[in-house]
Amino acid sequence: MRDQYEKYSQYRLVVLRLRRNKGAVIGFIFLCLLVASAIFADFLFDYEAEVIAQNISQRLLHPSFQHPLGTDEFGRDLLARIVHGSRISLLVASLAIVLAVSFGGTLGAIAGFYGGLVDNVIMRITDVLLSIPMTMFAIVIVAALGASTRNLVLAIGAASVPIFARIVRGAVLTVRDVEYVEAARAIGAKNSTIIVHHILPNCLAPIIVQVTLRMASAIYNTAALSFLGMGVSPPSPEWGALLASGRNYIRNYSYLSVIPGVLIMLTILSLNMLGDGLRDALDPRLK
Amino acid sequence: MMRERSQSKYALEIRDLAVEYRTIEWTARALNGLDLSIEKGKTLGLVGETGAGKTTAGLSIMGLIPNPPGRIASGSILLEGEELLTKTEREYRKIRGKKVSMIFQDPMSSLNPVLTIEDQLTEVIETHEHLSNRECRKKAEQMLELVGIPADRITEYPHQFSGGMKQRVVIAIALACTPALLIADEPTTALDVTIQAQVLETMKNLKNMYSMSMLMITHDLGIVADVCDSVSVIYAGRVVEHGSLEDVFDHTRHPYTIGLFNSLPNMKDRTMKLKPIKGLMPDPGNLPRGCTFAERCDYAQGMCREVYPEKIYRNKEHYVRCHLYLSKTIESEMWNR
Amino acid sequence: MNTNTLIEVRDLTKYFKTKKGMLHAVDHVSFSIGKGKTLGVVGESGCGKSTTGRAIIRLIEPDSGEVWFDGVDLLSLNQEEIRKKRTELQMIFQDPFSSLNPRKTISETIEEPMRLHNLVPDKKERQLKVARLMDTVGLARRLYNTYPHELDGGRRQRIGIARALSMNPKFVVCDEPVSALDVSIQAQILNLMKEVQEQLGLTYLFITHDLSVVYHFSDDIAVMYLGQIIEKAPSDELFARPMHPYTRALLLAIPVPSIHDRKERVIMKGELSSPINPGQVCRFASRCAYVFDRCTREAPLLQAKDNNHEVACFLYKGE
Repeated sequence: MRDQYEKYSQYRLVVLRLRRNKGAVIGFIFLCLLVASAIFADFLFDYEAEVIAQNISQRLLHPSFQHPLGTDEFGRDLLARIVHGSRISLLVASLAIVLAVSFGGTLGAIAGFYGGLVDNVIMRITDVLLSIPMTMFAIVIVAALGASTRNLVLAIGAASVPIFARIVRGAVLTVRDVEYVEAARAIGAKNSTIIVHHILPNCLAPIIVQVTLRMASAIYNTAALSFLGMGVSPPSPEWGALLASGRNYIRNYSYLSVIPGVLIMLTILSLNMLGDGLRDALDPRLK
Repeated sequence: MMRERSQSKYALEIRDLAVEYRTIEWTARALNGLDLSIEKGKTLGLVGETGAGKTTAGLSIMGLIPNPPGRIASGSILLEGEELLTKTEREYRKIRGKKVSMIFQDPMSSLNPVLTIEDQLTEVIETHEHLSNRECRKKAEQMLELVGIPADRITEYPHQFSGGMKQRVVIAIALACTPALLIADEPTTALDVTIQAQVLETMKNLKNMYSMSMLMITHDLGIVADVCDSVSVIYAGRVVEHGSLEDVFDHTRHPYTIGLFNSLPNMKDRTMKLKPIKGLMPDPGNLPRGCTFAERCDYAQGMCREVYPEKIYRNKEHYVRCHLYLSKTIESEMWNR
Repeated sequence: MNTNTLIEVRDLTKYFKTKKGMLHAVDHVSFSIGKGKTLGVVGESGCGKSTTGRAIIRLIEPDSGEVWFDGVDLLSLNQEEIRKKRTELQMIFQDPFSSLNPRKTISETIEEPMRLHNLVPDKKERQLKVARLMDTVGLARRLYNTYPHELDGGRRQRIGIARALSMNPKFVVCDEPVSALDVSIQAQILNLMKEVQEQLGLTYLFITHDLSVVYHFSDDIAVMYLGQIIEKAPSDELFARPMHPYTRALLLAIPVPSIHDRKERVIMKGELSSPINPGQVCRFASRCAYVFDRCTREAPLLQAKDNNHEVACFLYKGE
């Protein structure tokens, strides 16, 4: 009820509320740094020279000024490997989530909007899929299709489809019977128009929150699968793989495993804090 | 311990109450110097539109303003002579339900769907009175009969009652411990008009039986005419006109009150065009200087936008806050409806 | 159907299946509305007025009956045909807070019907039309890019009206358009709706529970109770000579904002009987002060008396 019409768009209010959540802000900053390092990886460290090339004379050096995080068993600078590794983790996780949201979201929207038999069938299938632990599911798919980055994306994406189907269906159900949807029908909109223009844009809140949380889980699974040797192949510096290869040197050169491990943890933590913050900021009841 | 019987002739007296709400974006003054008084045994109608502060007034008396984001900035609330604003939460709990009760608009959400009516009725009785279980149950049944519901329905759940009956159960719970003051916040707005008539009738009977004082918060002038003895018209957090029923209905003075009456459809002549009040109530976060009604008022002059009007009395009870009047001119009928 | 009638509804019926039986939401409702006129439909919750309004324009699919609009029975059209007909049949909704998509600016909302039906292909022309519609409903042009949540109920309802008018409809169903608004804003919106009706020659079906508003706004009034029309008459006639006991009780129940002319109130006893499997009886019998034997054995039919006044009650049979 303002007569001075400043554009208080909803996004601005959400951002304001988010800023007050210290955890979310810290998480967001960390993620920005991570994304920046992923984007500028090539400028910081040349891939061929520093990440792949072996330099036996420099092997297993503890962290020093020249190599801030030390070197691994092949003499490669750990920092360089980690920075390039962030690229892989983020890429795999993002693509997997995009896949999951597109497929799962579409299924969920159809199930929620049309209800009845369609809804039942889709939901029973997702029930079955959800009963399988995500990591297992991903392992099974990779085992069947073979280990490669592409298959990793497919596996993790597929494992997340049922969750998004559920979330989107629930969100669509809450919006489907609202008056402005009825109004859209009254002005003669087709069902597809109604779903795309009226229902889905108003379901974004829970979807956004889930995306951040599922990203965390995707990063975890990427690392886990690589750790098990089922993900990216060497010499790719994916963090999970770094964890695995550092296992043998844990006694004297613990930094080789600990540092990638800590980074995985920090990334997941940041995504979770951001996701929690977003959930609170988007909660309409707190307005 | 003997409680002192208050000598005050007023069941409720509110003086200069200011309540504000703070959020990240703005601070809003929901109440801005509210004055209210209800004589013992009488009913005051608090009339206003959405956002005027009526519900905030009711919640303030009950000590139910959510903090944060709300807080009582200044003023005093005297219930039977006792100051409420200095009470701790513990002391307040002894008063709620016992000395003052409040009923709300939506009976659907006022009752707990997983508890029986009996549980909800006896809860308030057990909290304030020291009676045995059997005595509590007996009292609960009595209250149900009083509001016109057969006592054997006491074991049922809220969803088994209709809207009007639910509201009557709510009234029974509110009056179980015979409070001195009942605050009713739009109690019949959610009900059909024929059910509304039943519920108002019940409230009137109970009021007479208990000689209870009542604050009837509503936007409906028809209900006010039916149930109330005196009227306070509230606009943007302050009372702009107050008087007995006859004062305010037959000798209306404030342009806002006149505007309210004019907005109602004329039941004698349907071809007459409605005369709404132009514009909107001001944003409580951004109140204008001077009289808060000035920008919507057809009679506003220069001073209206600078100085907030004082109370001008027409008789002992009837006053109005408006620069159009001076003490000597207010008696003459300047505006005819 | 005579040429002055725009809409004629015959025997409109809609039942809902529930666990306990068939819920008679709308039961063989018939009426007609003349061009440029307003029919008010009043009743309390559960009487079926909202369902009737929606069934006429097929937002809810009726079970049977006919709705003759401009020479066509709307109930005989298929989905695509009715979608196209929507340009002529519009609706204004009750809740200004949930009838607008919060993600669209108000100009996008008003513009949408035109875009959907490709009525105004040129973008600039469309924008101009939206601006003019905003003028018509009294919305300041500077609000063009605002979102609904920035505006109050009265302004939002104006957006709903603009949206309904954007396709130049002939018939508008108004479902409690002012019930959620403050009294002074109600008056503003009602005046606007009347002006627009005169300017554009619209025909209204005005659904409400508020008797004083319906009296003021409608030419004729139909009173509904548990899915049936129990009385129908021109407004002045209905209020001057209410015949059905329910109508009488309803009129007496309205709180009058005056301390003079206090009528003796007849408080109606009991609650609504169930709309599920009501049977062939008078549905008001359980609460009627004048009930007699025949009322519990037979269902009275809506019959015309003089002065265009129809009523369904055995008290008036035959006369």
